[in-house]
Amino acid sequence: MSDIASRVKAIIVDKLGVDENEVVAEASFTNDLGADSLDTVELIMEFEKEFDIQIPDDQAENIATVGQAINYIEEAKN
Amino acid sequence: MQLKRVVVTGLGALTPIGNTVAEYWEGLKNGKSGCAPITYFDTEKFKTKFACELKGFDPLQFFDRKEVRKLDRFAQYALVSSDEAIADSGLDLDTLDKFRVGVIWGAGIGGLETFQTEVLNFAEGDGTPRFNPFFIPKMIADIAPGNISIKHGFMGPNYTTVSACASSANALIDALNYIRLGYCDVIVAGGSEAAVTIAGMGGFNAMHALSTRNESPETASRPFDATRDGFVLGEGAGALILEEYEHAKARGAKIYAEVAGGGLSSDAYHMTAPHPDGIGVVRVMENCLKDAGMAPGEVDAINTHGTSTPLGDVAELKAISRVFGAHAPEININSTKSMTGHLLGAAGAIEAIASILAMEHSLVPPTINHTTVDDQIDPSLNLTLNKAQPREVNVAMSNTFGFGGHNACIVFKKIG
Repeated sequence: MSDIASRVKAIIVDKLGVDENEVVAEASFTNDLGADSLDTVELIMEFEKEFDIQIPDDQAENIATVGQAINYIEEAKN
Repeated sequence: MQLKRVVVTGLGALTPIGNTVAEYWEGLKNGKSGCAPITYFDTEKFKTKFACELKGFDPLQFFDRKEVRKLDRFAQYALVSSDEAIADSGLDLDTLDKFRVGVIWGAGIGGLETFQTEVLNFAEGDGTPRFNPFFIPKMIADIAPGNISIKHGFMGPNYTTVSACASSANALIDALNYIRLGYCDVIVAGGSEAAVTIAGMGGFNAMHALSTRNESPETASRPFDATRDGFVLGEGAGALILEEYEHAKARGAKIYAEVAGGGLSSDAYHMTAPHPDGIGVVRVMENCLKDAGMAPGEVDAINTHGTSTPLGDVAELKAISRVFGAHAPEININSTKSMTGHLLGAAGAIEAIASILAMEHSLVPPTINHTTVDDQIDPSLNLTLNKAQPREVNVAMSNTFGFGGHNACIVFKKIG
């Protein structure tokens, strides 16, 4: 697992209070990991802080799964 | 219209001298002080370095990690104390008509720590507003009853009363009114506060409202004593289940007491100082007695607002003498704030519970830490000093007054 992937997963485990094993690439924040709309906003903000990036709202809307978050951040950091 | 009778059928308490009703009573009857040096933050530069914090309260015993992050402490306390009260009431939540169950909750401030944390974070940043999306819903004072209703599905009236230190007495009186007017069968009423924070201590210190007896925190809260020097900040919650009498009787509920009446008034005088003639305080007790259809001579005990401030304590006792006249020396007067400190918006609720427990146990908890007689105080009054006094209590009154000049008074009686 990449460094980015493990840091993303750690944030999700912390913020959503879910088990690490549930945080798989295809898991949806809302459908699988119990996030509500505010949780999702908070996750995006944590990613921005952790990786020192800006995720515009229109792109944040496309980050709905763990894998999408990791891909977005990996691209943003390259 | 015939008003319905309202009774108390459940109690919950989370206080600096006990984390359950049973522990709270043990503390009250034994004259235990809940005051100690502050553990929540570094007080080195603060004038007052002590408060009545909760002891050994671990939110993870009650909530999972994710819930804890979304709940300010004042909301955590609300959920924990209301759960105890609901369990104590024996209400069957599966058969209850939840549209006729309300939650009316008092909070003087709300999520002060949440506000403080978010604003400090902003101040440390580069000016970009990165507020947490839970900031507002965690902080707002009405989120406590909101969370209680979400947890249990109570769909009746739901809101927070805000009248500073009278907040939860206002909540109890509103609950009394909704039930006796027939709008609800049951209301979870009470209050919570969690203001032992940098902003809370700093703010009250700036007003010269707090005791600064740093050399002896456990004796700092000393209502009616000549050497009192301000109140001691406390935190926690109290919850009462108010229920329509026939509804309670039909299910064979344990009935602690009847809510006989409530009174409200305003000083209309000063933002924080009590009226020197105590006009509003006289009127609130008179209003309460009138509402209950009671004569002054029927009152056995009064749990005073008695915060341990130089002006307020004397003004309240003078008002009691005026309202109760020749009967005043027969009343067991006390201030349980000598033990719990001042829980602000939760004070009315935990002191109502103290009044009800005094009836239940025929024992009036003491006003502790008394050392020196104040010659401004009528010596004929029984202030229940230093030691609990056995007393058959059939009628118990509780006073609370808030910054802004808000006065609230509630009276309980044994069910006849």
